[in-house]
Amino acid sequence: MLKIKAYDNEVEIQWCPECPNFGILQAFKSALTQLHKAPHEVCFVSGIGQGAKLPHYLNCNFFNGLHGRAIPVALGIQAVNPKMTTIVVTGDGDCYGEGGNHFLHALRRNPDITVVVHNNEIYALTKGQASPTTPLGEKRTLQTGGVEIAPLNMPAIAILTGCTFVARGFAGDVEHLKDILVRAVKHRGFSYVDVVQPCITWGTHPLSWYKERIFKLGDDYDPSDRKAALEGVLERDDTIPIGVLYEGLSKNIFADGFREKITKAPLTELKPLGKAEIDHIISGFAFGGE
Amino acid sequence: MEDLNVIIAGAAGQGVETIGDLLIQTAAAQGYAVFSWKEYESRIRGGQNSYSIRISEAPRNAPVMEADVLLALNEGAIEKYGPLLKKEGTLLAEKKAKDRKMIAIPFAEIAQKVAGKKIYANTVALGALAAVLGIEQQRLNAVLSRVFAVKGKDIIQSNHLAAEKGYLKAVADCADMCSWKLPKRPGKHYLLTVNEAISLASVYAGCRFIAAYPMSPSTGIITFLAKHQEEFGVFAEQAEDEIAAINMAIGAGYAGVRAMTATSGGGFALMVEGVSLAGMTETPLVIVLAQRPGPATGLQTRTAQGDLLFAVNAGHGEFPKMVFAPSDPLDAFIKTVRAFNLADQYQIPVILMTDQFLSDAHFSMEEFDFGRIEPQFHMADSSHIKDYKRYALTEDGISPRLYPGCSSHLVGADSDEHDEKGHMTEDLPGMAVPMAKKRLAKMKYLKAEISMPEEVFLEEPDIIFVGWGSSRQGIVEAIRLLNKDGVNAGMIHFTELWPLPEYAFPSGKSYWTVENNSTGQLARLLRSEYGMDFKGTLSRYDGLPLTGDFIRRQFNAQNKSL
Repeated sequence: MLKIKAYDNEVEIQWCPECPNFGILQAFKSALTQLHKAPHEVCFVSGIGQGAKLPHYLNCNFFNGLHGRAIPVALGIQAVNPKMTTIVVTGDGDCYGEGGNHFLHALRRNPDITVVVHNNEIYALTKGQASPTTPLGEKRTLQTGGVEIAPLNMPAIAILTGCTFVARGFAGDVEHLKDILVRAVKHRGFSYVDVVQPCITWGTHPLSWYKERIFKLGDDYDPSDRKAALEGVLERDDTIPIGVLYEGLSKNIFADGFREKITKAPLTELKPLGKAEIDHIISGFAFGGE
Repeated sequence: MEDLNVIIAGAAGQGVETIGDLLIQTAAAQGYAVFSWKEYESRIRGGQNSYSIRISEAPRNAPVMEADVLLALNEGAIEKYGPLLKKEGTLLAEKKAKDRKMIAIPFAEIAQKVAGKKIYANTVALGALAAVLGIEQQRLNAVLSRVFAVKGKDIIQSNHLAAEKGYLKAVADCADMCSWKLPKRPGKHYLLTVNEAISLASVYAGCRFIAAYPMSPSTGIITFLAKHQEEFGVFAEQAEDEIAAINMAIGAGYAGVRAMTATSGGGFALMVEGVSLAGMTETPLVIVLAQRPGPATGLQTRTAQGDLLFAVNAGHGEFPKMVFAPSDPLDAFIKTVRAFNLADQYQIPVILMTDQFLSDAHFSMEEFDFGRIEPQFHMADSSHIKDYKRYALTEDGISPRLYPGCSSHLVGADSDEHDEKGHMTEDLPGMAVPMAKKRLAKMKYLKAEISMPEEVFLEEPDIIFVGWGSSRQGIVEAIRLLNKDGVNAGMIHFTELWPLPEYAFPSGKSYWTVENNSTGQLARLLRSEYGMDFKGTLSRYDGLPLTGDFIRRQFNAQNKSL
């Protein structure tokens, strides 16, 4: 029986004390335990940022790569080993800024990975500049007169681009976030979870401000209705709905064509062609001599 | 026979490449060695492009500029390439040009008449060209039947008719003009480009993953591997950009397979952070850098050796890597397998440098014998490991490598400076320094692995040309030509450029580098590594390859002015 402790390690955590990131870490540990995934069956991939440090703080395989480039690394891992549960942990700066192009094309490719974005609406590791999700007008350490460019609405873009699992979680509600993560990992295809993660050091509002505005989508919400989901994420009122915003049937999953034709096994299991086979292929390039 | 050089020239879209490809196959099937190279504009229609084919009995895999026969598919082609035609050479074109001894054949008109479509004009021209060269018609028909087999009987039939009409018309007009004869001979040759050789070698080496963004002249590699995906079992992904391409390949390498990417200068510039990532995470990776002239977009479809110092120095920070620059398809095959083996053994990025000239040129080889080289894998055995540390500090700098999922051991990889398990560290003396030392310890072994340069000395030479990569055949030809001028020259040629081997240059010689760039990058590298002194650099940077004749003329001119 897998215990949650299997995911603990002894690495010193570098986050600010009481950072909501601790909640996300806890939710991951609970979710993976509930999913009966042993640590070696899971691979976390991250880029750079406070959120991207998360893979160091739990016992698992991990690749902590370059700023913005977690998704392409995860695609390489997923193409090679479809059995690996591959999870990208990233932030609004890492994923929507530096790595925006990769996120857009990952939506098109539909790989069977889960992308969890710690969205604190600012750059925290570089000390409080605006990020692609900072609201208009907000004063930041670099945007002293207030942010002048509009924030990105990535959940809307994801739904529009064919993503079949779009959710929003809240770092301050671990149990609810855990349930979302369980569903996200189970969903075959690209699963995208944007997590509201207020920054207690550089953020504008205290945690309580978020708690007042957040509400859980109830049983009456139908996540299979794509049009309603899109309308929901386009609405800009004072509330922040959390839960699975949209879940549809995933088709044309990344690398499935290759797996159907060539192999469903991890590519590490393929034996290389021998010298005789290569010589035979090369003989096709010979001319004359007959 | 003396070797024979044929240029086929015309606008993009007129079938220059089709005619060229069919002619080299026909001449090779006839038992001759052919060497072909292309120069073209960056456009899909229009402009003027050429396909040069050197035909000989024994392989002569070097480009020459002067032509014995010029097939011009339009008038602009006569204007642009006419000056390259030798005095006694033959011009073959659509219309009669004034004051010119030539063969005029209305390709399009004949095509319309015999095959009902003008698109067969290039087959008419091909037939005429075969007649001019004295190749038997049935040989051409056999090639047409084979190449168009997938398109069906009617298409083959139309091609045969078109080729025959062109052939007969040329034979009639040729009488006193064409002295060439290429009768069937027993020769057998392997006909490959460097892009094909690299692709085949990567399959042999056990490569399972390629991600790339299309960029001339490297695109042929991923195209070839994708086309034969089922046969080879290589996963090929067209990335959204080169940054994604290299990071995908690194992900695949981390996940346990041999992986590669391929690009040209601008794309490589985007990849450079990834080169450093492979260095830091100690992930094996093979990168093909097919050069073309820069800076920036430069001349997209031309050739150059302008990225040597860029490749050697690619990547921020300090980490071991290797840089190879093969000189022909067989060399490229061997070096590609070597690159995968060494990348795997030392857990480093290896850069394979080619260029447009090498990527597109067809070389003839009597044998394609890559010797005993074979894939050697260096993954650790997980069953012997108790407490696994991906970056265990070891004497030789090589830590046992496992991949995630191969056992219950956990595999961490980090772009931050890290501890032995791959976790971020700020322990400067205790961990950052030992970890840097561990990575750099490999340099010593790489230096021992690297091959010595090739020495080609006909006699005891006074002058030595030092070259690298694709210029080998041009330099060898220059030595032969200069020998006739009474100059006793030799060659020292590098195909493995980083780290440079412990090599002693013979003393008392006059050294010149020969380079397809304008700033003498090889001279700068050798000066800094060996303290070498060069008399001069023979450089070409007009987008065309280094030919024997060009090197000879440059040498004679520069030597005279000294």
